[in-house]
Amino acid sequence: MSTVQTAGAAGVLERVRGSRLLWPLVALVALIAANAARNPGFLSIRLQDGHLYGSLVDILKNGAPTLLIALGMTLVIATRGIDLSVGAVAAIAGAVTCTTIVGSSDPTSPAAALTGIGLALALCLVLGLWNGFLVSLLGIQPIIATLVLMTAGRGIAMLITDGQIITVRNDFYREIGAGFLLFPISILIALAALVAVALVTRRTALGLLIESVGINPEASRLAGLRSRTIIWTVYVFAALCAGVAGLMISSNVSAADANSAGLWIEMDAILAVVIGGSSLAGGKYSLSGTLVGALIIQTLTTTVYSMGIAPEVTLVFKALVVIAVCLLQAPKVRERFRRRRRSQDPTSPSSPSTSGSLAPEEDSPAPTAHEPAGDAASDSKQKVAQS
Amino acid sequence: MLNKILPVAVSAVALAALTACGSTSGPGAGAAASGGAAGGDAIVMGFSQVGAESGWRTANTKSVQEAAKTAGIELKFSDAQQKQENQIKAIRSYIQQKVDVIAFSPVVETGWDTVLLEAKRANIPVILTDRAVDSEDKTLYKTFLGSDFVTEGKKAGEWLVENSKGESQVNVVELQGTTGAAPAIDRKEGFAEAIKAAPQIKVIASQTGDFTRSGGKQVMEAFLKSNPDIDVVYAHNDDMGLGAIEAIEAAGKVPGKDIKIITIDAVKDGMQALADGKINYIVECSPLLGDQLMDLAKKVIAGETVPERVVTEETTFTQEQAKAALPDRKY
Repeated sequence: MSTVQTAGAAGVLERVRGSRLLWPLVALVALIAANAARNPGFLSIRLQDGHLYGSLVDILKNGAPTLLIALGMTLVIATRGIDLSVGAVAAIAGAVTCTTIVGSSDPTSPAAALTGIGLALALCLVLGLWNGFLVSLLGIQPIIATLVLMTAGRGIAMLITDGQIITVRNDFYREIGAGFLLFPISILIALAALVAVALVTRRTALGLLIESVGINPEASRLAGLRSRTIIWTVYVFAALCAGVAGLMISSNVSAADANSAGLWIEMDAILAVVIGGSSLAGGKYSLSGTLVGALIIQTLTTTVYSMGIAPEVTLVFKALVVIAVCLLQAPKVRERFRRRRRSQDPTSPSSPSTSGSLAPEEDSPAPTAHEPAGDAASDSKQKVAQS
Repeated sequence: MLNKILPVAVSAVALAALTACGSTSGPGAGAAASGGAAGGDAIVMGFSQVGAESGWRTANTKSVQEAAKTAGIELKFSDAQQKQENQIKAIRSYIQQKVDVIAFSPVVETGWDTVLLEAKRANIPVILTDRAVDSEDKTLYKTFLGSDFVTEGKKAGEWLVENSKGESQVNVVELQGTTGAAPAIDRKEGFAEAIKAAPQIKVIASQTGDFTRSGGKQVMEAFLKSNPDIDVVYAHNDDMGLGAIEAIEAAGKVPGKDIKIITIDAVKDGMQALADGKINYIVECSPLLGDQLMDLAKKVIAGETVPERVVTEETTFTQEQAKAALPDRKY
């Protein structure tokens, strides 16, 4: 779909039907189907102690931090930026909260947890301001500007925790990452943020402004847009998302591990955005794409665990799936598939090649592009059989 | 947990450990005496620590510092903050200061030949602690003092064999450490070796949890869904075991009863869980090697022959032992 989308629920639906999001969705369904084929219990969901319990619920719960960070990342990437510091910011948020809780007079009280969370998010706000300051005011390239905090941030987190793993026993805090309101609370928070962003950027002109800044910052400025403020805001938002994700990660295990919390999550988040069809060159972005992208990444991780893929080949397996998904939605590859089909079938009178409208475009690549997806799945099965 | 940073090349450690035990130390042994004899009074030791990445490491540092004090050895301590270049700098400065003995925990396994050769030329004996180096030339250091990860895995396996006698089938899931890290490889190997004795024990799933709590929890969540019959969890460190406890509880089962848990390390949180009955057995991987280090240093300086590989004195804990040991646990 090359035309600019209109906002709202209709737009979301249209985008799902549009080819960009179709293939990531197919990949997600294929992954889940492969799991279900190998282990029929994969799809089953039951009630356990008043909450939902099952592999799919795990995917939602464990995918929430990635989704939230990817949400912030989507907006940053839409402005032609990138934020590498989110993992470090997540580690800092967990570190601040847990040390505050442990240091408070009553480490089990909700008040202690709230104080910690407040402090952590305030600090994340400052860190986001810092990133935004470097990028928008000083004009430092985003990848460099946020690299500063990516390395320094983990050091700050270590400094806060003294290099130790801080364990907390606070039931209130535990709810954020490990708690349930029928559904995992973490995914509810992440989805609420997603919906809020969708409403704010798609119901108002904000989304359009962000995209225009990403497409051409100079032209946007000349057109009267406060591009600096917009850029600054998205970095602050990304840091806040990272902070909340950090709370989820640390709350899930009731401990702050400055060394490993949120390690490489920035890469997962960027990948989620890219799988979702947003371009790293900035401009148009897709929130629903990011949602699907984040779910694919977490499903992939869960697949590795539940299919019993040997740890030595895990990264290769993940890479194969990601490459397959990226290829499937790359315009050039799709174009090539389409051309091959046309040349294979030139005499057919009902061939869609003569028509330039959108509808046949949606139909024609479906059978061809389905093959590589099947390949990837059988590939993984072979791997399993070998291991 | 201790080797989270140890990234690559690994198996050499195990090999070095296995082959080294039998042979006596190489030709360089006698030369060491000249370095120490010069001073006459207190022995001076230069110690370069990896960094302070965990409670384990902090306890390790404290143990070395306290042992030096009791042994009357003057300790020059430096913290490398996980960087090899810092460690090389520290070792060079110890050589310049003409200390009597250098001890260090290498951040990584390779790249030490040059600086260790400098130490050898200056006649300063080197002792490796906790982590090995991967070097062709075994004369570059006197001895390697540290845990034997294979033995740790074996101890864990032996306990399980002992405690599952008479049962028809025991399904084990394994939470491995970081893929490729020495402790992960060796602990897996030792465990597998020990449970060969009992055909009823089967490892039905094995995945890496990266030595972290979240990793352990996520992997265990997936295991619980894909394998309905899990009897035992074997985690390569306490942290992954603690993560597994959370996953088991969320599944409505009782850790330590419905599913038994065996871990390695014995850090404070792990010992607490063991005392609470959530973990069943912990094999210690002790950071408290200070006293052994000082003994070795004295022997090396006195020109005595020391074995090329010295294993840290370590024990194991059952739930009752954990309750007794917990109050004066240092880490």
